[in-house]
Amino acid sequence: MDLSIIIENLPIYFTGLKNTIILVSISLVLGLALAVPLAILRNYGNPLVQLPIRAFVYFFRGTPLLVQMFLIYYGFGQFDLIKESLFWPFFREAYFCALFTFTLNTAAYTTEILRGAIKATPHGEIEAAMAAGMSRLLMVRRLILPSAFRRALPAYSNEIIFMLHGSSLASVITIVDITGAARIINSRFYSPYEAFLTAAVFYMAITFLIVFLVKKLEVRWFAHLQPQSTKAAIETPP
Amino acid sequence: MEERIVSVALDDIHKRFDANEVLKGISVSAHQGEVISVLGPSGSGKSTLLRCINLLEIPDSGRLLVSGEEVLLKKTRDNRTVPADTKQVERIRAKLAMVFQQFNLWSHMTILQNVIEAPVHVLKTPRQEAIDRAMMYLEKVGIPDKLEAYPAHLSGGQQQRAAIARALAMEPEVILFDEPTSALDPELVGEVLQVMRNLAEEGRTMIVVTHEMGFAREVSSRVIFLDEGLVMEDGAPEIIFNNPETDRFSAFIKAMV
Repeated sequence: MDLSIIIENLPIYFTGLKNTIILVSISLVLGLALAVPLAILRNYGNPLVQLPIRAFVYFFRGTPLLVQMFLIYYGFGQFDLIKESLFWPFFREAYFCALFTFTLNTAAYTTEILRGAIKATPHGEIEAAMAAGMSRLLMVRRLILPSAFRRALPAYSNEIIFMLHGSSLASVITIVDITGAARIINSRFYSPYEAFLTAAVFYMAITFLIVFLVKKLEVRWFAHLQPQSTKAAIETPP
Repeated sequence: MEERIVSVALDDIHKRFDANEVLKGISVSAHQGEVISVLGPSGSGKSTLLRCINLLEIPDSGRLLVSGEEVLLKKTRDNRTVPADTKQVERIRAKLAMVFQQFNLWSHMTILQNVIEAPVHVLKTPRQEAIDRAMMYLEKVGIPDKLEAYPAHLSGGQQQRAAIARALAMEPEVILFDEPTSALDPELVGEVLQVMRNLAEEGRTMIVVTHEMGFAREVSSRVIFLDEGLVMEDGAPEIIFNNPETDRFSAFIKAMV
């Protein structure tokens, strides 16, 4: 094992780290922003609105991320309609295609996570809100979403991590993310073990950070679920 | 008899769930300051009746007036009855607070947040004013030290008292109680009933679906006995408990004692 290769080429990994973080964080933010209204409509919309959302979710959950990315990156170029459209300058770019695919993919999964969490809102709490004269919109904003986000957090933290790892596929369409950096080092020095082990360490470090942040959020959001003694122990560590 | 303001009036209310007709034409009105206990065997429709008042259930037919305003209902194409104006429903519900059997506090909010939520967001009460009022009501129900606690950290009796404070914070014209002590351990029933007794003495208008015969007898100004979707008895407790007009009610009283 020759770690000097890695140390000398760390800047490539940092470029990769930067790209991974940008791709994953933007697609997660946009995906979540899409998923919230979709999940609400999926629960409360009329059947005609629900149908396209179900189809969207079914397609993105029903096919591999790599296939989705190929369809968009290689596939879209096949259609003159798209090539001649305003959007071609975007879809020509691998980076944009990866971002676009990841966003829709995570939006689909997150929609499903939130749909379940919204559906599981205790009925009595909804009745209490109705009895207090809340409008549907106010109820969604003040009660249903805050309550659903809490229930969704454990599943959503999984989705964040899946998205991080799934983003390694971007390297297949020429993007230098963490995996892309490892592939460059591997092909340049023919040292797969060092190259990919380093990538693995980077992914593990990011995952560790995600787990840590989710844990902090859980302490804040799950205060109402803690037994009181545990809650006290969390708030005043020994 | 002095003329009193009618808070809630029901006129020939019918409600069925599929083949089961739960309310078969109920006409009752509640005047300001009355404390009405609604009694009846299980399945008699008393909870449904209460839920029709604040439109958690929509009556199939009949008229419902809340402080003189008639609730507008309409028929859908598939012949269901629905409110014609959801804004009106929200406005009316805000005047009628409800206390549930299962408390139904919002579990992710602290007790204080539970109490100020609807005043701030539905009534648009300024936040500080809502907080001050919440403190007053939490004091009144005897849990001023639980502001920052979450519902799950309270006993059932404390949760129900918090739910009563939440109801009071809406400064409602009528408070509807749906079996408020039925989910409580026997030793906690007393503390909730005491709070309700205090409210009755303040002259608040209350409609209470209950199995607590002591409360019905001693606290309420009027008792309604429901059976099989109809009002069988309606009168002051000291009169109807001593001279039941129907066999059903005398049998019910015997069974409950």
